[in-house]
Amino acid sequence: MEIDKAIEGAADVSPIEFRLDPGSGVPTYLQIVQQVEQALRLGYLVAGDRLPKVREVVACLAINPNTVLKAYRELEHKGLAAGRPGQGTFIEGTLDVVPLKDQQALRRGLVRWMGEATKAGLDEEGIAALVASAFQDLRQTKAAKVS
Amino acid sequence: MNTIETHRLGKRYGRNWALRDCTLAIPGGRVVALIGPNGAGKTTLLQLAVGLTASTRGEITVLDGIAPGSPEALNGIAFVAQDTPLYKYLSVADTLHLVSSLVDTWDGPHARARLGALGIPLDRKVGRLSGGQQAQVALAVALARHPRLLVLDEPVAELDPLARHDFMSTLMEAVATDGISVVFSSHVLSELERVCDYLVLLSRGRVQIAEATDDLMATHRVLTGPVEQSDGVAQALSVVHERRAGRHTHLLVRTSNHLSVPPGWQDGPSNLEEIVLGYLRSPEASALAGPGSPTSDTAQAVWA
Repeated sequence: MEIDKAIEGAADVSPIEFRLDPGSGVPTYLQIVQQVEQALRLGYLVAGDRLPKVREVVACLAINPNTVLKAYRELEHKGLAAGRPGQGTFIEGTLDVVPLKDQQALRRGLVRWMGEATKAGLDEEGIAALVASAFQDLRQTKAAKVS
Repeated sequence: MNTIETHRLGKRYGRNWALRDCTLAIPGGRVVALIGPNGAGKTTLLQLAVGLTASTRGEITVLDGIAPGSPEALNGIAFVAQDTPLYKYLSVADTLHLVSSLVDTWDGPHARARLGALGIPLDRKVGRLSGGQQAQVALAVALARHPRLLVLDEPVAELDPLARHDFMSTLMEAVATDGISVVFSSHVLSELERVCDYLVLLSRGRVQIAEATDDLMATHRVLTGPVEQSDGVAQALSVVHERRAGRHTHLLVRTSNHLSVPPGWQDGPSNLEEIVLGYLRSPEASALAGPGSPTSDTAQAVWA
């Protein structure tokens, strides 16, 4: 097995490396944003970490540099990262993580609801389709409130 | 700054027009994909831009108003032709030496460092390198001239997936570090989305799309709904292409504002491949940046 290492030299190794899923339908810049958020949630990234340099990401994924810049700008806009001139982009904020206790309560509610949906005759795909369509309603309500 | 600007440009070979009435303004600092079916005029347009051929009609300028083929244009533009032609019996080192004697601007250490990093032996004959390595040699030669604009004709068509990825990452790294503008032709649609930020679609010698990819994605939606309502809904919108089935239909729609979807219809984003295919299947539709773009300001009238 071969292991690609992003950068040699322990001091400068980037804590995370991005990967792309071209079939996901999610725009490339958004995939990068989501992976940073996910890494923050899971503790792979903490405040003070340097994100991979634009040139490194570009060389690794063969993507347009503007895409990486757009993702990093979005992270700055969200208050999760900040650019330091000549040094790179660094993690600043943390994500508001929902406390574990609340997550468990929400999860119990969801499992109960899924039981009811199964009883009503929905299979897993049916449930997923219903959830996706409910998400769309939620987003539209949000968008309507904003405008 | 515009890297390539044309006005009613036309090129005729014998009785056939390879390019007709082509009006374009390709902005600088971009990675531009020039796409279209075989015979659409891609190679002709690129050859006109680098000064390898002269136009029959109309005008073309490069790098902000310079005539193609003039000394200034030749210095500012590097061109990698289709199938990356190189002298097969020269070694890599001799190839670099040859080019260095032919051009004004040459950064030899740059080229050798790039090839060294890729593990390409300088003493090897070019013909004994793999296809991917030969393409990398051609790219290194082009980049060592520090061009403002790099033009590539079908650079990755013949390469295997790994070589294609390596070639594109070298190219994108050069864009990131040197800020060069790139125009490349391709007919591989699936890989464009991650590489290019501006798209020009030629079909049958005419320009069908010339727009930033972000704008293209933001202004195209797919509406899916019952086929019997299709005509009514389509009437109020600027429909690029319709795929109609027995009961439902998919409308690829160009819109500048937020669509409020009629009841019973689904509205979703499109992707670059679907947009391009939609335009190719509807040769009369066009999406050109700037004023005069088709919009659907009356979209809400029907079901509001």
